[in-house]
Amino acid sequence: MKRGSLERWMQFVAPLSLVLLWEVLVRSHVLDARFFPAPSEIVSTFRKFAVSGDLASNTWSTLQRIVVGSLLGGIPGTILGLAMGINRYVRAYFDPVIALLYPIPKIAILPLIIFIFGLGEWSKYTLIAIGVFFLMTINTQSGVRQIDKVFIDVARAYRIRPWAFYTRVLLPGALPNILSGVKLSIGLAIVLGVAAEFTAAKSGLGYTIFNSQQLLDIDTLYVALVAVSVLGFVMTLGLEMLDRKLLPWIRR
Amino acid sequence: MIDAPERAARPAIRIDHLTKRYDSGLLAIDDVSLEVAAGEFLAVVGPSGCGKSTLMRILAGLESATSGTTEILAAPAAKNVLPAATVFQEYSLFPWMRVAENVAFGFESLDVPKDEVKARVDEILKLVGLEKFHNAYPHELSGGMKQRAAVARGFVVDAPVMFMDEPFGALDEQTRVNLVGELGALWERTKKTVVFITHGIEEAVTLADRVVVMSKNPGTFKAVITIDLPRPRDAIKIRADKAFGEYVVQIWDLLR
Repeated sequence: MKRGSLERWMQFVAPLSLVLLWEVLVRSHVLDARFFPAPSEIVSTFRKFAVSGDLASNTWSTLQRIVVGSLLGGIPGTILGLAMGINRYVRAYFDPVIALLYPIPKIAILPLIIFIFGLGEWSKYTLIAIGVFFLMTINTQSGVRQIDKVFIDVARAYRIRPWAFYTRVLLPGALPNILSGVKLSIGLAIVLGVAAEFTAAKSGLGYTIFNSQQLLDIDTLYVALVAVSVLGFVMTLGLEMLDRKLLPWIRR
Repeated sequence: MIDAPERAARPAIRIDHLTKRYDSGLLAIDDVSLEVAAGEFLAVVGPSGCGKSTLMRILAGLESATSGTTEILAAPAAKNVLPAATVFQEYSLFPWMRVAENVAFGFESLDVPKDEVKARVDEILKLVGLEKFHNAYPHELSGGMKQRAAVARGFVVDAPVMFMDEPFGALDEQTRVNLVGELGALWERTKKTVVFITHGIEEAVTLADRVVVMSKNPGTFKAVITIDLPRPRDAIKIRADKAFGEYVVQIWDLLR
């Protein structure tokens, strides 16, 4: 077997073998089924949850919060990051502000956000947007600043016009970092979205997790966990495809 | 060696009492003057840190002089032409642009019709042997091919003056000699005014009409040597020429 295909095979087998081990441990009563229901149990609950439409509707709630919140934070974050990368005065102005605000755990401001925006969708959007905003600002800025000086020289030597300088040199040069910012942002948006749904929602996967714990419906809790995991996995996969599409010039 | 600034009959570039002192106090260039004739190939050699790259950056408008002036006097043939094009060291191709886009980059600031740009890019790529690599990304090219593309990017805009900053510095010896030969042929065809910065003495003698030898601390012109070798020159055969060897030795002696 070639090394590449062996690797792929192992990647496929690893999760399956762990699930199998889990199943065996529950059936042999090594693991307490009240806390760790057998995977076969979870699968049958998953099926019920999917058939009833609860799976789709809750996943959709969480997904749309993540997408709307990420766009609300990500677009201004990217623009500010570009401006900070290009202009030293913009950077001098915003650097200390960001250095002070970035370390605050975003979840710690959720009570304040609920106080301001109430329990509706906007509290979730805002929390996610704030988290994503910082990640995109920081990543975009470093992307612009690490563009090799020789490219700036070439642009100047050929007297490039400002607009072409941004679109042909700075933006594509910073794009790899911008896209890693997007990847980090998706991860953070899922964390913040699910966490916000614990307290301030009547739908979503975070709500499902929290609510099933309250109802001691641990099977459903696991179903929601699996759904969160799959959601994150699919989004990461999608981003990797986007990466390949947008960065064909990167040696892989 | 040089008492008065060298005068050229039909100057394309004039360097007049140029001095560059960095904020650190380092005197990179100390009061140098020179005229480069239209159509002349001028090579500048010198040890690392002698200010030869700084000289080119000032000429290309990438850095400012502390005092003195540099002027490009050669008028572009048309209004859609840059006064000067610059070829940089290796790694100056934009990794995110395909070869053809990279080569066409010099047209970004000029209002040249799209199909004319395409025709000229096609022509120059054929001339440097990259016609099959239009759509390749730089990372798919060898070092020599990258520098052929970089040279093509400089020549394609047809500016009367070319600045080249150690364009072959990072290449292996064999590729380097080949590219020197190709550049010589390209220059014979176009007769542009070239300022060619290099640390390769043999490539300077092979290509140049005159070689400026710089010394460092402070950076000054130690000598300007006229290379009186027949053209066209063959980058390999010229090595067997007695006069070639004497020029090389003369320059080595000056750098000691």
